[in-house]
Amino acid sequence: MEWIQQLINGISLGSIYALIALGYTMVYGIIKLINFAHGDVFMVGSFIGFYSITVFGLSFFPALILSMVACALFGVIIERIAYKRLRNATRIAALITAIGVSLLIEYGVIYIRGAQPEAYPDIFSNKTFSILGAQISMQSILILSVSVVLMILLQFIVHKTKTGKAMRAVSHDVDAAKLMGINVDNTISATFAIGSALAGAAGVIFGVYYTKIDPLMGVIPGLKAFVAAVLGGIGIIPGAMVGGLVLGVVETIVSALGFSLWRDAVAFIILILILIFRPSGIFGKNTREKV
Amino acid sequence: MKKSKFATLFLASSLLAGVLAGCGAGEEGTSSDGGDQIKIGVNLELSGPVASYGSSQNDGFNLAVEEINAAGGIDGKQIQLVTVDNKSDAAESTNAAIKLTSQDKVAAIIGPATSGNSVAQVQIANDSKTPMITPSGTSPNVTVSDNGSVNEFAFRTSFIDPFQGTVAANFATKELKLKTAAVYADNASDYAKGLAASFIEDFEAAGGTIVAEESYVAKDTDFRSTLTRIKGANPEFIFIPGYYEEVGLIVKQARELGIDVPLMGADGWDSPTIVDLAGAEALNNTFIINHYSAEDPDGKAKEFADKYNEKYGKAPNSFNALGYDTVYLLKDAIERAGSTDGTKIKDALKATDNLELVTGLYSVDENHHPVKSATILEFVDGKQVFNTKVNP
Repeated sequence: MEWIQQLINGISLGSIYALIALGYTMVYGIIKLINFAHGDVFMVGSFIGFYSITVFGLSFFPALILSMVACALFGVIIERIAYKRLRNATRIAALITAIGVSLLIEYGVIYIRGAQPEAYPDIFSNKTFSILGAQISMQSILILSVSVVLMILLQFIVHKTKTGKAMRAVSHDVDAAKLMGINVDNTISATFAIGSALAGAAGVIFGVYYTKIDPLMGVIPGLKAFVAAVLGGIGIIPGAMVGGLVLGVVETIVSALGFSLWRDAVAFIILILILIFRPSGIFGKNTREKV
Repeated sequence: MKKSKFATLFLASSLLAGVLAGCGAGEEGTSSDGGDQIKIGVNLELSGPVASYGSSQNDGFNLAVEEINAAGGIDGKQIQLVTVDNKSDAAESTNAAIKLTSQDKVAAIIGPATSGNSVAQVQIANDSKTPMITPSGTSPNVTVSDNGSVNEFAFRTSFIDPFQGTVAANFATKELKLKTAAVYADNASDYAKGLAASFIEDFEAAGGTIVAEESYVAKDTDFRSTLTRIKGANPEFIFIPGYYEEVGLIVKQARELGIDVPLMGADGWDSPTIVDLAGAEALNNTFIINHYSAEDPDGKAKEFADKYNEKYGKAPNSFNALGYDTVYLLKDAIERAGSTDGTKIKDALKATDNLELVTGLYSVDENHHPVKSATILEFVDGKQVFNTKVNP
């Protein structure tokens, strides 16, 4: 019974990682940039959800959608202001800019509203279902269903729409895509918008599930999601989903065995091991450097 | 300007003369004016970041002194308080202590409220042989210095932090009559680790079994997997020493996982934020330890609450009660010493045995750590309600 419960705990945690990891992986896939500000978009999304519930009195789904839309816009603004002009700069310059944007967002939010944490209101009853001796709360079911729906939606966008086709083309070869008449700038913006919307959704779900939110809440989940993205194979969308779930379950198993203080360490040990032994990740193909 | 400087010099030299004369005359009356008054120094945080602690205790001091003076004082001598504001600053606290001991020649000092400011005063108290009592300096190192030696002249009214672990163990074994417990402590805080260690020691000594011992780190948000593990060990009681930010989430997640046994913590839980984080319903059947509750039905505590309410028009908090008790603790010692000599008061304070105070029975152990009653409060629908008082 305990193990079923732990599995549910792990999958709930993992699906939050997966939602954030998707944004990392999509942006990396298209412009080869590790967008370290992504964890902070997640934080902003969480606060937008919080204020739309407490101040505007919205219920969960309108708050979720509002937060996703606002984060999509926010992501595009970040891309246009900070990253666009660095498109042809070295990758290290773009990476450092991303860290700068991350700090700017974190401390900008602290400047505006202070560093004190907020408690998400209880918008779902604390009702729990007992299945095979495991307690499943309404929140867990909700997290899982929203994450699954969003991932299916993403797969649909990437594989069945014109934007998705453009995104795949740009990630394959920017110059060739340009020659074929694809508007590369708009496609990149669309990628940022979709990735940031997913982070915003993850922020609201995180708030509902874990209650406490604060301006620096994005740092650790952001790093964990980065590990998840690398684990699955950075740039590969199904890889981010699987990587997030695997990481969530592994962390839970570590705690379940009584090594809770080692949980974060294990996540980063996984990152190191993956980078040493299989840098292209679980889903990555080994590519040979062309000379 | 020149004149005042001269006056100061004159004053200082006459004071020095007084000290020398005092030494020559012997022990009697060295530290306080003879006559019909006893001077007691008050060194408190009356301004600065923790001014609310200081001013709460000052209200308690004033109420107690008023009562004692109205009833004829101590051995016929009226108490005169000499109050200095230490501005919530350790250096100012040292200065205040120097002023009180060398200029005002007080018989004893009460205050400061915080451990840090109290430590800043200890050296002066020891050097000048002036007893000091901090109402709420809960850190053990106020009375025991880092090298393990006891600071002879330092005392406190409140219990120390690790003592709360003992209280929780007593409560679980004697009041709730439980046999198994789990401990889930914040591994990043010495406060929590100290409480956990003393709880485990005393719970096992009372015949209980610790079935799970887990830790978390401050700033964690996901406690579900460890809580599931604790649930698997089937404890009848979980002790969670830590601060309200994490504890609020732990309580909420524990209840979601179907852990409905009593949960208990210490004064680190005492914040309205915990109710926001955990939710009022999840907090039911949880207990915290505190120094005092205004709802305590015990005769002395109730009498104090009524008197306080009459004078200040509000219910007293634990700082008011500790301030009030500090004055009575000192009064008892001066009466038993039969003198205002610092060393004699110190010896009397050290011998305090089961003194009845508002915050409970009070004795002192060899490290000047109080052995005293603690109040247990229970959360009922988000409000702290008096549950019981655990005597040592």
